[in-house]
Amino acid sequence: MTTSTIAPPPHRPSRQVRHSLILARRSLAKTSRNPGAIVNGVVTPALFLVLFLYLFGTAIAGATSDYLQYLFPGILVMGAGLTGLVSTGTNINIDLKNGITDRFRSLPISRLAPLLGSVLADVVRYLAAAGVLYLIGTLLGFRAQGGFAAALAAVGIAVLFGFCLSWITVLIGVTVKSAEAVLAFSFLTFLPLQLGTSLATPATSLPGWLASWVGVNPVSAAMDACRALLNGTPAGDRVTTTLLWCAAIFLLFCPLAVAAYGRRE
Amino acid sequence: MADLGLETHGLAKRFGRTTALDGVDIALPQGRVLGLLGPNGAGKTTLVRILATLLRPDAGVARVAGYDVARQPAHVRRHIALSGQHASVDEEIDGRANLVMIGRLLDLSGRDAAHRADELLARFGLTEAGARRVATYSGGMRRRLDLAVSLVGRPRVVFLDEPSAGLDPARREELWQMIRDLGADGVTVLLTTQYLEEADTLADTVTVIDQGRVVAAGTPAELKRRVGGHTVTVRVNDPADADRAATILAAVTGHHPERSARQVAVPVTRDDDFFQITAQLHRQAVDVSELSLRLPSLDEVFFALTNTAVAPASRRS
Repeated sequence: MTTSTIAPPPHRPSRQVRHSLILARRSLAKTSRNPGAIVNGVVTPALFLVLFLYLFGTAIAGATSDYLQYLFPGILVMGAGLTGLVSTGTNINIDLKNGITDRFRSLPISRLAPLLGSVLADVVRYLAAAGVLYLIGTLLGFRAQGGFAAALAAVGIAVLFGFCLSWITVLIGVTVKSAEAVLAFSFLTFLPLQLGTSLATPATSLPGWLASWVGVNPVSAAMDACRALLNGTPAGDRVTTTLLWCAAIFLLFCPLAVAAYGRRE
Repeated sequence: MADLGLETHGLAKRFGRTTALDGVDIALPQGRVLGLLGPNGAGKTTLVRILATLLRPDAGVARVAGYDVARQPAHVRRHIALSGQHASVDEEIDGRANLVMIGRLLDLSGRDAAHRADELLARFGLTEAGARRVATYSGGMRRRLDLAVSLVGRPRVVFLDEPSAGLDPARREELWQMIRDLGADGVTVLLTTQYLEEADTLADTVTVIDQGRVVAAGTPAELKRRVGGHTVTVRVNDPADADRAATILAAVTGHHPERSARQVAVPVTRDDDFFQITAQLHRQAVDVSELSLRLPSLDEVFFALTNTAVAPASRRS
């Protein structure tokens, strides 16, 4: 056959990124018609923000305004985790079910592209959610005291953290049988991972067993890092710890998810 | 060797303890349409998924458009397209956007992808519907879009997995014409179907598989010949002549004819029988209104080859 000598274009990184962006746009086009993911990324964290603020604010910090400065950065990180939690895993699972994935997998594109596309779309969704959350926080009286650059860095860390955390849901999405199971599995991890943190109160004020979990929980590190950056307080090793966690989660779960996606029968 | 669009040798695949494919050999020249027939769970879908690089075979070789599916999957993917029950389109975006997106994923420029999308929308009668969300499409429109999406990259081999399942007869006929056009364009088509009529009308060759094995292969006409002889049917004008016709048919063929008020039918096994029958009918002046020699339908072939009537219903899909 005369064309046998023509090699397919290699999976150059630029091609992979371009395909991922095309598929991210697809994912976003679907979201704009089904805005549940953003609503969830905004409404749940906003509810926790208002609830915690007025339930515990005075008790924990003496005044709601002081507590808001403590609480809000954690809420921002929670939003990042939740946006990806609900959209990516479920969307990928639905695609697997209805046959779109078979079409993608029979195209000459990298197996990474559909997954990366979905997670990149999450980043956009999260930025939208973060914008709304930030507006709510500002209306309630939150002020970033670390300066504009530090505030941007805080949002950047939250987004990066959300991006890396999404790969766990991606792996669940490509492995688990149904979208309902993805949701159930995801929400099981919500309580220990998102609430078992320094979100509402510093780890030092907690009983020993809980304090040690909160101490090792990577979500705590991200919340602490954001809190320090937004309030202009010393971050210690929390930024480094967060970045290391991000790298570890990404490097472990991204290859696992891509491999599972390629193997899925 | 002629260029083969599809070729498999001893292809085998197991899922746990279930044997889905058990040594399948297929050879299909470029530009032909192969109808893959078999009862549910025969292994049709497994075969398509291996050829489309979605599954790896446990044993055997499969070549698609000249490339080995296990060793050169990336090459294979440049030349194939998948459509039908196991491929799908995005409901939340419009039809044109579906086509443009696939074009962009196939590395067409934005302008080329848009141009190709419009071309395919026109070809499949979807120009008007192109700007509408796919969720609003009828079943027939969706299948047409699905087929159009699979043609964006001008594939050389197209897999159509039960393309007309669930369509009404008019829509099915429409889709068939579009599939015939593919063959005319030199595209190799593998079509799985449960509608024997579909294989009969579209396929150049038919492969019947059952329990993961090829039980018959050939042109529809060859298969019909292979399974049973022809049937001679005589229809008489005057019901009183039916007895005489039945006597002639029985005498010539040695088989007991089936008869209704005006019609007598009997299987024939010797080539000469038909002429003997016509000669006898003429000599005895039987007033015949219709006389036909026909092959068994592909349904009869299918049931004969796969023993579907006694097949267990619990096989893997």
